[in-house]
Amino acid sequence: MTALVEIRDLVKTFGEGETATRVLRGLDLTLVEGDLAALLGPSGSGKSTLLTILGTLMRPTSGSHAMLGEDMTSASDAALTEFRNRHIGFVFQFHHLLPDFTALENVVFPTAVSKGRETREARERGEELLRRVGLGNRIHFRATQLSGGQKQRVAIARALMNQPELVLADEPTGNLDRESAGQVMELIREINETEKTTFLISTHDEKIAAACKRQIKVVDGKAVAES
Amino acid sequence: MLYALKFALRYLGSSKLQTGLLVLGVAIGVFVFVFISALIGGLGMFLVDRTVGDISHVTIEAPSRDATLISARPDTAATVYQKAVGQREVLRTADAFLPMLEAMDGIRATSQQIVGNGFILRGQSRAPVYVKGVEADKVSAISDIDGHLIAGSARTTNSSIIIGATLASDLGLRVGQVINLQSDRNVERALIIAGIFSVGVETLDSRTAFVSLATARSLFDLDQGVSRIEIKLDDLNAAESYAQRIAAMTGLKATPWTENNAQLLDGLRAQKNSGDLIKAFSLVTIVIGVASALLLSTYRRRPEIGIMRAFGASRFFVVVVFVIQGILVGLIGGVLGAGLGYVVMSPFPVPEQAQSGSLPIDVRQGDYLVAVLLTVLGAMVASILPARAAARVDPVEVIGQ
Repeated sequence: MTALVEIRDLVKTFGEGETATRVLRGLDLTLVEGDLAALLGPSGSGKSTLLTILGTLMRPTSGSHAMLGEDMTSASDAALTEFRNRHIGFVFQFHHLLPDFTALENVVFPTAVSKGRETREARERGEELLRRVGLGNRIHFRATQLSGGQKQRVAIARALMNQPELVLADEPTGNLDRESAGQVMELIREINETEKTTFLISTHDEKIAAACKRQIKVVDGKAVAES
Repeated sequence: MLYALKFALRYLGSSKLQTGLLVLGVAIGVFVFVFISALIGGLGMFLVDRTVGDISHVTIEAPSRDATLISARPDTAATVYQKAVGQREVLRTADAFLPMLEAMDGIRATSQQIVGNGFILRGQSRAPVYVKGVEADKVSAISDIDGHLIAGSARTTNSSIIIGATLASDLGLRVGQVINLQSDRNVERALIIAGIFSVGVETLDSRTAFVSLATARSLFDLDQGVSRIEIKLDDLNAAESYAQRIAAMTGLKATPWTENNAQLLDGLRAQKNSGDLIKAFSLVTIVIGVASALLLSTYRRRPEIGIMRAFGASRFFVVVVFVIQGILVGLIGGVLGAGLGYVVMSPFPVPEQAQSGSLPIDVRQGDYLVAVLLTVLGAMVASILPARAAARVDPVEVIGQ
């Protein structure tokens, strides 16, 4: 299988001089199409920093980072913004929906912002995604009118809107009760199976990790174990 | 742009109280702007109308023949030609260009005049008077004598005179009485007082007398021609350009009213500058108000901006969302403030109809469009700082919070 994401000898240092903190210390990682990988590790191990760099929201201090064969370290800010919009989806622990907008408006945002308007096709796909995550009856509800589990499912639908090759999820079930967490994880597995979308899920939850095909453990800024 | 407009509208709509207060603040600023424009404009018009309304706007005279230097060679004595003291400047060609002047657009009235100084003699009393000889039907062409008549009529004959109320009061004169008028050429005529007027301008009421053109011709011993032509314009503010055109057209000296009323113009200019300063302050207040409100909104929405950026919104898109909010606040507040100003000022009488001591607000001079345009522009400029701050939000920083 061809590599979707390939990072080599990745280093990320925050601060300078005596206060410099090296969070990632020469990390190597490859993700292929259809991966469903859990990113494990204690707090401060560098998981969130790694996700942020993979999401092109931050640049590494050194090392290489390529996705879909493109070098992410030398691309301009505008190019990275466009690339992110087309190829990467995010699911955050605190859903981070736009509170003044409906579930559907939140889901279609990635497409609408790139096209400059909400097209009919985008709205149809957004409605289809919301039905798929079990929110067909909440399409026009404002984000603030949804429960925590429902918001997280809207966030997953939004992450899938532009059919990205990679979805990065940072503790997607960390803020949910066990039942909602199970539903969200089931949804991610289903999408991974049917659409071959690659998921990299940062989690502390062993059950969530066990539900993934791969487990990558990060300790002291390096991927030290994989199973 | 359409999608950014949707965000801007939704953001403004989501904080109705904050947006309402912001729009109200802008509307008050714009109200002050249009009110000051109408007040300063109205006051200026009122003052000019009262001061200049009854005088000539452009006066045509023969060019004066001042003393001229005949020889100016440095190694010789200079020779100066001194004009004769008793010589008068007379317009002999008035008839030739008068029809042309009367046909010009913007000229309301013309009045040929023979003028000079004299004395009104009444028994032992003797009062100096400025005599204006005018055509019989043109007494009110320049000064509205007819409209300010307190006794008699405003039509002159070859044996009548019209005088001001102060002069009549000083000499104890009434309509129908006979006086002697002696000119500075020592010609004396007995004339019947046909009318007494009170314009409210002291120089007219206490020192001016109107007689017929023929009477003046004999009083001042002028065989032909006239002393000058006075012109009344539709727009007295255009006096300088009309004076230039008339001078070029006739080759004569054309003096606009502004040349002899420099102090009034200085006063009006100072008044206008004060008004502009107040208007500038109201605009600055609008700009600061909009900038601070949008800056607060930017801080409140930092997480959302971070998410938008993470999902592919460009910095430009974020900037546009906030700039559109500024433009909308400026537009709505501007239209409301200008509309409110128009409604509040409409009941005030226009300066032409204002009574002495009233507030001469001219609702027509509110500068409504300028106020709205400047407000929209100011609000747009004000939104750039918050918009740039929003565009600089680091998604990593806010998503992690």
